[in-house]
Amino acid sequence: MNFAVLVFPASNCDIDCFKAVEDTIGQPVDYVFHTATDLSQYDAILIPGGFSYGDYLRCGAIAQFAPVMAEVRKAAEAGKFILGICNGFQILTEARLLPGALIRNNSLKFRCHSADLIVENNSTAFTRAYRAGEMIDIPIAHGEGSYYVDDETLAQLKADNQIVFRYAGENPNGSVDNIAGVCNKEGNVVGMMPHPERAVHELLGSEDGARMFTSVLNAWRERHGAASVR
Amino acid sequence: MAQLVSAKEPTAEQIAEQKIYKQFGVSDKEYELICGFMGRLPNYTEIGVFSVMWSEHCAYKNSKPLLRRFPVTGPRVLMGPGEGAGIVDIGDNQAVVFKIESHNHPSAVEPYQGAATGVGGIIRDIFSMGARPVALLNSLRFGRLENERVRYLFEHVVSGIAGYGNCIGIPTVAGEVMFDEAYEGNPLVNAMCVGLIDHDKIQRGVAKGIGNPVFYVGPATGRDGIHGATFASEDLTAESEARRSAVQVGDAFMEKLVMEATLELIDSGIVLGIQDMGAAGLTCSSAEMASKAGNGMELYLDEVPQREEGMTAYEMMLSESQERMLFVCEPQHEAQAKAIFERWGLHCAKVGKVSDDGRLKLFHKGEMVGDMPVHALVDDCPVYHKPSQVPEYYLKNRSIDTNSYEQVLDLNDALKKVLGSPSLASKEWVYNQYDYMVRTSTAVRPGSDAAVVTIRGTRKALAMTTDCNGRYVYLDPEVGGRIAVAEAGRNIVCSGGEPLAITDNLNFGSPEKPEVFWQMEKAVDGMAEACRVMETPVIGGNVSLYNENAKGAIYPTPVVGMVGLVHDIDHITTQEFKAEGDVIFLLGETKAEIGGSELQHVMFHVAEGRPPELDLETELQLQKTVLNVIQQGLAASAHDLSEGGLAAALAESCFGRGLGADVNFTTNLRADLALFSESQSRILLTAKPDQADALFSAVSAAGVPVQRMGTVGGDRLNITVGGHTEIDASVAELRHEWKNAIASRMNGNG
Repeated sequence: MNFAVLVFPASNCDIDCFKAVEDTIGQPVDYVFHTATDLSQYDAILIPGGFSYGDYLRCGAIAQFAPVMAEVRKAAEAGKFILGICNGFQILTEARLLPGALIRNNSLKFRCHSADLIVENNSTAFTRAYRAGEMIDIPIAHGEGSYYVDDETLAQLKADNQIVFRYAGENPNGSVDNIAGVCNKEGNVVGMMPHPERAVHELLGSEDGARMFTSVLNAWRERHGAASVR
Repeated sequence: MAQLVSAKEPTAEQIAEQKIYKQFGVSDKEYELICGFMGRLPNYTEIGVFSVMWSEHCAYKNSKPLLRRFPVTGPRVLMGPGEGAGIVDIGDNQAVVFKIESHNHPSAVEPYQGAATGVGGIIRDIFSMGARPVALLNSLRFGRLENERVRYLFEHVVSGIAGYGNCIGIPTVAGEVMFDEAYEGNPLVNAMCVGLIDHDKIQRGVAKGIGNPVFYVGPATGRDGIHGATFASEDLTAESEARRSAVQVGDAFMEKLVMEATLELIDSGIVLGIQDMGAAGLTCSSAEMASKAGNGMELYLDEVPQREEGMTAYEMMLSESQERMLFVCEPQHEAQAKAIFERWGLHCAKVGKVSDDGRLKLFHKGEMVGDMPVHALVDDCPVYHKPSQVPEYYLKNRSIDTNSYEQVLDLNDALKKVLGSPSLASKEWVYNQYDYMVRTSTAVRPGSDAAVVTIRGTRKALAMTTDCNGRYVYLDPEVGGRIAVAEAGRNIVCSGGEPLAITDNLNFGSPEKPEVFWQMEKAVDGMAEACRVMETPVIGGNVSLYNENAKGAIYPTPVVGMVGLVHDIDHITTQEFKAEGDVIFLLGETKAEIGGSELQHVMFHVAEGRPPELDLETELQLQKTVLNVIQQGLAASAHDLSEGGLAAALAESCFGRGLGADVNFTTNLRADLALFSESQSRILLTAKPDQADALFSAVSAAGVPVQRMGTVGGDRLNITVGGHTEIDASVAELRHEWKNAIASRMNGNG
């Protein structure tokens, strides 16, 4: 299974995503620059956290126009697995590949700490290794992570089972309905503010994020059959 | 030579007659020397260039004689002071690069940008050596949070550090923040960066190879930060507020691109010399690079990217616009270099040439507008041996007997006050604004004795900390200096690391005052002695003087930044109690030492008497012993005793996992002194029950005093001294005081 980790100017969790793929599932992974125009060789695309284009204007607002995003769109339509983390989530919403928007934390401050999440939807490609309703420990680190949708969209998200993660306990940013992560209707595109790639070793304080990587590998294996598994 | 000045600038003669050089901090004597080196009167641009090169910030003219007292070599030191940052070998062809630097003056007038660009500057120092920055630390001092201006400064300094470090993607993993009236009006903002490098990638700032092109990389030059270095070399006055233009503006996004491109460029192997444009911008980088190679340099200022119109040579040379680098390579590599920068969306301009005449020549609009001997700029600034005098306060303090204080009886209350003192309280409000996890190598997060960052592909890790108790240094600079180094070492050891070396940031008042110079002298002596005994040489640092205002000088605050090597990740140890039943030991000897303590501060609102004593041999033996038992796997937790003494250390150890402790011991000291004395060379260890005897034997065998204090368990901290219960409180209640002290002051009044 081939992974691409996208690199925008000032992506800064690209290395962490790359390492997480190597360490959790040992699959081939490449850094792919924002100028790339062909992602056809990749089965999964990770859009990492950071401050793409300095987060000037709005987080993710400039990144959505990068050449590589046309390819990301194509990949999403083709049903490939796409995970946007933190700034990656912001980019996916700006690109309208996911519903909603991320606005400034209600504390008006950047917040970095461990957070307990509830796995609300364990049927996406990235969450199938979790139990529904399971509580997991995944850190957050963002200044603009308050997820917003209007009531109508929220109702639709609920109806379509698109809410993937909720914050358990204190809501760190004021997001609507404690939402921490969502997916598209098909479940192949997931976006989340917390950082699963930072929770893949005991030394980092939690290993709960590792199963997002094993999940997607299993999803891919299931889709392609055991024969093509390396 | 063609006409040297633009229309609005004073002529060389006017500068001489009207003594305009004085506005730049150049003395009459220095001006005479400059004229001698030049063989004529310097023009406006030239006197500007000289003034920044000869400022304290660049030339260390007041502190050099003191800095020479530091030990700077050791078997592991690959590069000592003099380059962007010092480098220490950690084996396997790897090395650690680190340095601390202050941005005190800018932060006092423009806290967000001042702090942000302080972080940006120290990161450039690290990656310009060819190293990948892996961690940031900071050491901050403010006045009391009851003051509105102080809250404003604190809020925006923290926000500036967060804004820059978070965006560039380097975790801010450790630091310290203390609050004291002595820093009101003169906050201290010291930022430290730690990087990793392979030995064969180490770069130097040298302009090698006559005729080679000199390249400028980074954003265009503007008028910001002009005379920043001079500004940093003066007292702060009411006029400082009006000098915001001397404060630079940061762009972490730009620096991230410059960093990635620069590391890629260095990796390509074509760089001959590289240096960042920090203090004194283009002036300092060009002159120093030429000087280190024994060459000269010609700069073609029309080629310098400019973001404002009509900039003069003077303005371009003195601008401190951020995120800029200067490098030299061979002419045939120009295209390759440009391609790398273009990939990162950066412009790389050829702005000069290495010359063989030992002169820095500036060309602008077809004329030569400056011509100065490089040697005079870099090496010939006079060095001053300032007069030194024992301050009266010191003599007076020595005679105050702090043991004659009335006994503090309600120690439950005293502990809550100590834990709720912002200097000692949880810094969560601060570090939760910093991304301390990016790069996924942070094994010990902020809040423990030292942060620990793992090194990918090895079993090794780096432990890092900053330390300085300004109150101790104020009460006795020599002892305080010794303690700063010793405590940093203790923090490293408690985290499982072997102390390697230090970087220091000497924050003091005005060296023109003999009493302040005496503080500097004594503090440096104390630090130097500690560094020699502990075998942790000084590999670089920074001096920040003139930290004073109308109300007086700051506490002398020589901040120590230390890095240690954790040989195996299994040795990583944290301060929190780990499990019910673990046995608690106190190593070291407790004396009646309350001078400069947190108890004295919160109960008596003074800083007087003698600070705790420190015997370096005792300290070294303690540190070696603790590192040894940690490496043997005998210690479950380790915590250095510092501000707040034994009581605070016990409480802090409870907070991590909410585990209580039952402590019961006897002493011949009064209970308040036994629990809150800040005697040095003490560490709290715990061991699993089945390892307690082994730990006790190992420590005793090493000749270190050790006392079994009690056991971990329950949800209360109970401390019984000589059969009398002195402290009995729920961990949750104590934790509340400690955790909310800063947040409640910031939110409640903000």
